Amino acid sequence: MTIKRLAITADVDRAIRAHGQETFPHECCGALVGSGDRVTAVVPLPNMTEEGPRRRFLVRPSDYRDAERRASELGHELLGFYHSHPDHPARPSQYDLDHAWPTFAYIIVSVMAGAPDAMTVWFLKEDRSSFDEGQLTYAENSHPDTAATVHG
Amino acid sequence: MPKILIPTPLRPYTDKQDAVDARGATVGELLADLTRKHAGLKAHLYNDQGKLRSFVNVYVNDEDIRYLQKEQTPVASSDTVSIIPSVAGGVETVAPPATDAVGSGSSRALPNLTNDEVKRYSRHLIMPEVGVDGQRKLKAAKVLCIGAGGLGSPVSMYLAAAGVGTLGIVDFDVVDFSNLHRQILHGTPDVGRSKLQSARDKLHAINPEVEIQTYETALSSQNALKLFEPFDIIVDGTDNFPTRYLVNDACVLTGKPNAYGSIFRFEGQASVFATKGGPCYRCLYPEPPPPGLVPSCAEGGVLGVLPGIIGIIQATETVKLILGIGEPLIGRFLIYDALRMRFRELKLRKDPDCPVCGTHPTVKQLIDYEQFCGVGPAAPEPVAVNNATEITAVELKQRMDRGEKLRIIDVREPNEYQICRIPGTELIPLGDVPKRYNELDPDQELIVHCKMGGRSAKAADFLRSVGFKQVLNLKGGILDWIDKVDPSQPKY
Repeated sequence: MTIKRLAITADVDRAIRAHGQETFPHECCGALVGSGDRVTAVVPLPNMTEEGPRRRFLVRPSDYRDAERRASELGHELLGFYHSHPDHPARPSQYDLDHAWPTFAYIIVSVMAGAPDAMTVWFLKEDRSSFDEGQLTYAENSHPDTAATVHG
Repeated sequence: MPKILIPTPLRPYTDKQDAVDARGATVGELLADLTRKHAGLKAHLYNDQGKLRSFVNVYVNDEDIRYLQKEQTPVASSDTVSIIPSVAGGVETVAPPATDAVGSGSSRALPNLTNDEVKRYSRHLIMPEVGVDGQRKLKAAKVLCIGAGGLGSPVSMYLAAAGVGTLGIVDFDVVDFSNLHRQILHGTPDVGRSKLQSARDKLHAINPEVEIQTYETALSSQNALKLFEPFDIIVDGTDNFPTRYLVNDACVLTGKPNAYGSIFRFEGQASVFATKGGPCYRCLYPEPPPPGLVPSCAEGGVLGVLPGIIGIIQATETVKLILGIGEPLIGRFLIYDALRMRFRELKLRKDPDCPVCGTHPTVKQLIDYEQFCGVGPAAPEPVAVNNATEITAVELKQRMDRGEKLRIIDVREPNEYQICRIPGTELIPLGDVPKRYNELDPDQELIVHCKMGGRSAKAADFLRSVGFKQVLNLKGGILDWIDKVDPSQPKY
């Protein structure tokens, strides 16, 4: 089986880690924007969960719609979402699995005691039974201009 | 034809198209047509039971169908239907499939405990009767509380603290000052807020690990079966007979145990009904009492600490059922007397002739419980000009202001009369009316009132039956009088 790859730029990496650090001890979340298997920008989104943001995140349908629209305005597509696991490993939970969508890339960053730690990427199996871990690669020639964080 | 907008992650299943045409007059038909044409979508839109997954949102134009008619929402050919993902997730690592998934009769895999949870539940974990596996059962359990009031308060607070993973609460009320002496979920700053919001805040403060699901609705024959379906155990914290029979029957029909409790003045009752092979509430009380015979807490009062004890018995039984330990309160009916500080226990047997859980049940679906309990919407009162039976607070005030000499009888109890009263009234408690009506002139017009109008309606009926010619009942009782005429007086 081939391992799916997802290329991110150094700025994307920094933006996700910084977001996780900022919202700690709560979970952060946001959209991954780019094309093909390359993420070139992130859209930080508000965590609208009503179940305790230390353990959960939820992206409102209206924010989802905006993220999709924003991506297509930039001539890109929505590739997936990222979220943080405060004080927990960067591995998907049953809850993540229950709520996952196919083809999306799910980046998880572990934030331990307030400091960003491991970062991983996951893809839902076609039969929804579990996730396959993908491989995060750092895009070479990543140009700082193309990696700007799109602020909400 | 209506257009369906497809979100990015589902486009691989629609040949990369972001919009697809489909046939159908309702959202349900449209989605059925869509998944017929693009079969790969089905697993991601629907769960194993064929229901739309909870994180799949469907909008008709800009409206969420949950707030329209759900899948029955009609769709015109000019409408645009959007499928919009809710993206959600969170920590708690995937549990390996549990080999000992006994749980509460469910086949769900038991979730693992996080390090924080191990710390939180450590006093449970060191008891062999609970232990790690027991705590995982609690975490997997789903309990529905009917009511966030006197009983629902201690039940939900202790179950949340104990680590029951999912707590559902059904209530439609707002917090009132008169709730605060017993409903410890709610505090003074919560007065006027929805009980569910207040409950959610309090329970999350106790234990943020618990998933709180709130249902702002009155439990009814239309929604009960569906509401009960995802839960393992139902806790009855209702305050009236129609809902109590409804909860019982719905528990029997869905096969969910009913952790029952009820309170009145100084006395409480508790039992566990509707378990497999165990009796149900109707085995004990096949028929409700005649309407009006047993007053509600609003009419009869209740000792503030009483629901604490009864609610905690319900919570204890719920935890025992989840863990599968001890001797549950099945086939036993516990009666608690706070004044004498005594518990009594009655033996209950499953009645083979029970209309709901017996061998040949006659009640096979939910019925109209208001009608069953004789408290259905009253037939419109005849309001003939010379035969009026009611008077409103405002009309009464106008007649008083005109200087009419009126005879007004207050049929409440003396302690209620001490709280507030209408000037110039005479007190004859309802129970004394049959002994004392001779003090009154049957040819003179009489006005009767109580707190809300129920007891005085009975007094009026009685007085008419013994020959009083003109008896008017004050509509809405003294509470309405205070609202509309004299807000300076306290309400209770």
